[in-house]
Amino acid sequence: MSSLLKKYLMALTGFVMVGFVFVHMLGNLQMFNGPDAINEYAHFLQTLPKGVFWGFRITLLASLIIHVWMAILLVKENKAARPEDYSVNTSVQASLASRTMGISGSFLLFFIIFHIFHFTVRSIFPEYQSEAFYTALDGETVYNVYKMVVAGFSKTWVSVVYVVCMAFLCAHLAHAVSSMFQSLGLRNRTWKVRLDRFAVLYGWVIFLGFIAVPIGVLTHVIKPESSFTGTPAEALVINTNLSQ
Amino acid sequence: MKLDAKIPEGPIQEKWENHKASVKLVNPANRRKYHVIIVGSGLAGASAAATLAEQGYNVSCFCYQDSPRRAHSIAAQGGINAAKNYHSDGDSVYRLFYDTVKGGDFRAREANVYRLAQESVNIIDQCVAQGVPFAREYGGYLANRSFGGAQVSRTFYARGQTGQQLLLGAYSALSRQIGLGQVKMYNRHEMLDLVLVDGHAKGIIARNLVTGEVERWSGDAVVLATGGYGNVFFLSTNAQGCNVTAAYRAYKRGAGFANPCYTQIHPTCIPQHGDQQSKLTLMSESLRNDGRVWVPKRAEDCQKNPNIIAEQDRDYYLERKYPSFGNLAPRDISSRAAKEACDDGRSIAHGGQGVYLDFSDAINRLGESVIRERYGNLFEMYERITGDNAYKTPMKIYPAVHYTMGGLWVDYNLMSNVPGLFVLGEANFSDHGANRLGASALMQGLADGYFVLPNTLPDYLARVGAGRPSVNSEPFNQAEASVKGRMDKLMSIQGKRSARSFHMELGKIMWEYCGMARNEAGLKKALERIPALREEFWQDVRVPGQKEGLNPELERAGRVADFLEFAEMMCYDALDRDESCGGHFRTEHQTDDGEAKRDDERFAHVSVWEHTGEGARPEKHVEPLHYEEVHFATRSYK
Amino acid sequence: MKLHLKIWRQNSATEKGAFERYTLSDVSADASFLEMLDILNEQLIAENKDPVAFDHDCREGICGMCSLTINGVPHGPERATTACQLHMRHFKDGETIVIEPWRAKPFPVTKDLVVDRTPFDSVMQAGGFVSVRTGASPEANATPVPKPIAEYAMDAAACIGCGACVAACKNASAMLFVGAKVSHLNSLPQGKPEKDRRVVAMVEAMDSAGFGNCRNYAECEAVCPKEISLDVIAQMNRDYASAKIKQFFAPAES
Ligand SMILES: Cc1cc2nc3c(=O)[nH]c(=O)nc-3n(C[C@H](O)[C@H](O)[C@H](O)COP(=O)(O)OP(=O)(O)OC[C@H]3O[C@@H](n4cnc5c(N)ncnc54)[C@H](O)[C@@H]3O)c2cc1C
Ligand code: FES
Repeated sequence: MSSLLKKYLMALTGFVMVGFVFVHMLGNLQMFNGPDAINEYAHFLQTLPKGVFWGFRITLLASLIIHVWMAILLVKENKAARPEDYSVNTSVQASLASRTMGISGSFLLFFIIFHIFHFTVRSIFPEYQSEAFYTALDGETVYNVYKMVVAGFSKTWVSVVYVVCMAFLCAHLAHAVSSMFQSLGLRNRTWKVRLDRFAVLYGWVIFLGFIAVPIGVLTHVIKPESSFTGTPAEALVINTNLSQ
Repeated sequence: MKLDAKIPEGPIQEKWENHKASVKLVNPANRRKYHVIIVGSGLAGASAAATLAEQGYNVSCFCYQDSPRRAHSIAAQGGINAAKNYHSDGDSVYRLFYDTVKGGDFRAREANVYRLAQESVNIIDQCVAQGVPFAREYGGYLANRSFGGAQVSRTFYARGQTGQQLLLGAYSALSRQIGLGQVKMYNRHEMLDLVLVDGHAKGIIARNLVTGEVERWSGDAVVLATGGYGNVFFLSTNAQGCNVTAAYRAYKRGAGFANPCYTQIHPTCIPQHGDQQSKLTLMSESLRNDGRVWVPKRAEDCQKNPNIIAEQDRDYYLERKYPSFGNLAPRDISSRAAKEACDDGRSIAHGGQGVYLDFSDAINRLGESVIRERYGNLFEMYERITGDNAYKTPMKIYPAVHYTMGGLWVDYNLMSNVPGLFVLGEANFSDHGANRLGASALMQGLADGYFVLPNTLPDYLARVGAGRPSVNSEPFNQAEASVKGRMDKLMSIQGKRSARSFHMELGKIMWEYCGMARNEAGLKKALERIPALREEFWQDVRVPGQKEGLNPELERAGRVADFLEFAEMMCYDALDRDESCGGHFRTEHQTDDGEAKRDDERFAHVSVWEHTGEGARPEKHVEPLHYEEVHFATRSYK
Repeated sequence: MKLHLKIWRQNSATEKGAFERYTLSDVSADASFLEMLDILNEQLIAENKDPVAFDHDCREGICGMCSLTINGVPHGPERATTACQLHMRHFKDGETIVIEPWRAKPFPVTKDLVVDRTPFDSVMQAGGFVSVRTGASPEANATPVPKPIAEYAMDAAACIGCGACVAACKNASAMLFVGAKVSHLNSLPQGKPEKDRRVVAMVEAMDSAGFGNCRNYAECEAVCPKEISLDVIAQMNRDYASAKIKQFFAPAES
């Protein structure tokens, strides 16, 4: 595979994930609008036509796999291209974020796996699969994402892991968002400056947007579900179709 | 030694066309039976190798650097002349021819120069087609500037990196042929001897500089494009590796060496900083388009900050002495004028060697941004080397050895007196007479390689037929043995002094006695000191390391050894040429106001030296110069 | 000035190398870096030791032969300056200077600080040219080239092929060099007809030489003595993509 093809794949799959995290972040922020908002949003996603729903998931998963695969190839080849390293190893202008893409990326990979098992598969804390985590919304029984998130982030260590990983995401994006334009040949000297700044901004926005939820939970800005009035606690009809 | 210049018949305008029409050709299908050895990958060598390969000949090309792209042509800054007359300022092939003959102080061969002027226009077309990014005007058409020794704008340039861009063009053409397998490129190979078989040049002995192996190469013809010998002065604007070895070895095998004493001293170089200096850096002469050269009128002002010296206390000596050419007077004249000013005690730099080149007027007139656009990289280079900002304070410059007009003698076909040995570019003597005008070496190198040799070499090949000798034949054995013997000897001395220290000492002798101004007494002194130094070299040089593998000191020692012999021939020539002409200035022969005084009666000829044995005085032969088109005149740039 | 030097010594490509220490006194601040090494070598020869081999030729920053990593930075601390144009006034009296060769797999050490950079030539042989026969070229002014394009091409063409970009790249990638060559020729009208072929062939040659993959760190740009910008890599990426897409849809034509 030519070096440039690897770069393109890295950039394109990165692009997919860069877009995804933004949408994901907007979704998360629904937490601040109360349980109904987020639960309804989650329900909307869950009930998308199967093709669309799985299309998204497969695209994301494929992007992730290709991205990681390319990263491994690149690192391996790059190591081979410099068998003997310098005794004085300095950088003239490469940013810290760019030089640590491998580290930040590795943490992110670990995080993504944890995150999926935590909130999507819900196997880390199997109780999230219990009936207590379903709720009624407009007459339908839906999964209570709100409750799960609050429960999840109420564990301080989970929130800390989450915040730290978001910091890595921030660093990763601060290089990636501009870099992908370079890889695709869509950048020049003038745009580099703009894109570099935009990338840093983007990284921070994503970072703040994501950590807002755990911080909100820990500081009780996002209140436990029970404090909301009119929560239809009685609507606990279990629908096994929804249990994933 | 028979010297037949083989100048074609007919009026000068038609000689080249007639000649091309009459030479023998090799049929395309037969060309692959011929192998041509080309030593050198500079403008001359690379362009010749690419063109011959494209015609279908097998070419082996050698250079001592690690890539053909690094030949010293890369360092040329200013530009390349061509009689395109894009400025409609009265330029023409004839005028370029005339300027070159006159600039050469009537010591060049007319027919060659005319051909050079004719081909100049094709060079530009060729280079543009290769993608050489010459400077352009806003309309998208090629830009020109004027250069020393001319009153028209005919110099094409690519920022301050013209040589680089032209060489990269030739190198790309060469690379294409290497990729196609038509040229075999041998980097890091140094030619150490020429092999003659039955009197014809049929091969070379070269050392693979990486493995240290001495190798034999045979071909149907040998082309030398090995550049100039300015490094005989130790300090020059040449690259560290520039050498006379290839040419000198050919000379020792019987090729005539023409006009070795003609060296050009470039007026605008950065003055020497001290004894640890290893080379001098040229500041392109194009700077003289906008810079004004001056020294203080009074010696006591020399230590002052130049910016506070009042206008009336400055001596713009070039403008004063040569009102019509002013700061654009030819190189030899400008250089000598600088030396005079310094000898007069008005040097503004250490060691009595420096004058100002001042841009303040141009900056006031055109603005700093225009100057920056024209010369930005030169100003940066100056600052990098000296630490001074030339936008704020005048540059300091001083002449330095830069180019050698002398070289192996060649006829109109660029073939030396040794059949089958062709010599191109700075390594030959042909086109510049006693002084070369700015921007015409690049022109000559490319004309030789792209347009002349590809038309003349086939004639020789067709006459002798294909069939290169085996490298196991006796002449190869003998040549290899002599190369190895010399190397063994160098390695075995293990004395106390480095080759470099000898080179430095030789340089001092040459600069002192055979430099910008020469005289009989000095040259005689040099002729005593050089053999003594050579003697000492062969007794006391220390070459560390081994013969095997990369050994830069061994390379250097071999080159210095050749310079030590060659320098003597140069002084013989300088002594023999009892006149002043162009870059050769004999203090005994000057006009009342210090201009060079030629002696056309006695010296309107090419002096060609023949090797007569180790340590013996070479024998002089003469090729008379006949001027049919241009008539002798005293060069005047007043 | 007095200087302490820590220099990489290695006898040949196959032998192992190691650092050695030297001390020099009386170096002029106006001397160039290579002149400083000349002084060292003179000293070593006088002591009957093997002088340090290093590549150099023009000593004016244009041939691209000199290739020293000085204190971890190819060509040393000054921006837009080759090692041969670097002057000792930029160092402190008594300073320790570490000198290493270019380090990259495609550039094996020949001896001490000398490396073999022939893969650059191979890349050029693959496509770094315009296929024009000598004598077959049209009148130079027949095709005007807009000044900005000529300037852009010249910016890219200024590359001296020294290899500092590879040496500086954390990934030993040659993309700045190859990008510069591609951009120079691909942007000029004279180079357009072979644009696609060229970029594909040159990238292939680059890959097969074993250079690393660019990860957009921009270290190359920072050390490039001719200040060639990352734009040339972007252009190469763009041109390669477009060539490949064209090839995909019209395989016969490319
Ligand atoms: C600093 C500087 C600036 C200049 N500026 C200009 C200018 O603006 N305009 C202009 O017209 N001219 C200029 N000149 C002159 C011009 O550059 C040269 O005269 C011209 O480029 C010489 O080209 P060449 O091909 O003959 O030799 P070179 O380019 O010197 O090439 C010599 C080749 O021979 C090889 N070689 C040498 N010896 C051996 C050996 N023993 N074995 C194997 N290979 C060997 C080398 O490796 C090299 O490839 C300048 C020169 C200098 C030094
Ligand atoms: S020696 Fe030529 S660039 Fe440094």
